[in-house]
Amino acid sequence: MHELSIADAIVQVAGRQAEGRRVTKVHVKVGHLRQVVPSALAFGFGLVAQGTPVEGAELEVETVPAVGWCRSCGAESTLEGFPLRCGECGGLDLEITAGEELLVEYLELEEA
Amino acid sequence: MHRTKVRQVVRENVLDANDALARANRERFDEAGTYVINVMSSPGAGKTALLERVLERLRATLRTGILEGDVQTTLDAERLARFHVPIVQVNTDPGFGGECHLDANMVRSALPELPLEEIDLLLIENVGNLVCPAEFRVGEDARVMVFSVTEGEEKPLKYPLMFRTADLVLVNKIDLLDHLDFDLEKFLGYLKAVNPTAPHILTSARTGAGVGAFCSWLEERLPPPALDTPVSSE
Ligand SMILES: [Zn+2]
Repeated sequence: MHELSIADAIVQVAGRQAEGRRVTKVHVKVGHLRQVVPSALAFGFGLVAQGTPVEGAELEVETVPAVGWCRSCGAESTLEGFPLRCGECGGLDLEITAGEELLVEYLELEEA
Repeated sequence: MHRTKVRQVVRENVLDANDALARANRERFDEAGTYVINVMSSPGAGKTALLERVLERLRATLRTGILEGDVQTTLDAERLARFHVPIVQVNTDPGFGGECHLDANMVRSALPELPLEEIDLLLIENVGNLVCPAEFRVGEDARVMVFSVTEGEEKPLKYPLMFRTADLVLVNKIDLLDHLDFDLEKFLGYLKAVNPTAPHILTSARTGAGVGAFCSWLEERLPPPALDTPVSSE
């Protein structure tokens, strides 16, 4: 269950960035190729946030589609599911240009 | 009291903290002159059996050490104990049902138990899992992925991150090829598709096939031994 480890890392990033303020929302960008299950991530987030400044915050997951550049035909296409195949020619020889992100993009914080 | 909400842009990679610890581990390894291999696979791909074969061959010429990651048991460490090389076991079960990988912090916490100055080659046996270990660097110099032919040709396409980050893929259990529908050429095509630069070696921990080639691959990557620290002079 790698979602739990990732959730833990997200809570740590958010907690440090919040500098004592209460966090109400954490917006993360997760690349398709990370193979993260959003519901599992949300579940893990709820667990590990307990007792931290992030407890009770909403986790908003923005999924970034995988994009690949095909070495065979030169087309750039969105890669859906696995196997990763060029959308134009079906080739497998791809340079991945997006879809491996794992970022805390922004936080929503409460200020007194 | 009225509370206002503010948005704070962070844009921080979630794995940065782990990667920073991994770099610190790496510095420690470099300082001690220890070359570190992170060995990853699915459960049951034959990692431990292969490591036994490697230790049989290399322990006479190289000072080896093992860092054994396991969810709960010490079985693999017990199997490797007969080689009388330094072994440290890291159980990853933190109470949530078990972590599925080693991370840089777990490896760091185990380092004081290993005499790194006396280890040329540290083999880290990661937890059996094709997703999570790929994401967490631990400070290794190279990543070796053990794939077994019982797993099916499609694995590189289903777990691209693992195969993409491997520096070497060992295609294990080739002694079983005659009994399986496994299409080796198809698998190698998929492997090349996700990782065009990773070399592969066909191995069998049972017959010993390919183990010599793997050992040579390891020896080629290790820095040449310093003249003032002979391996087996005493
Ligand atoms: Zn194409």
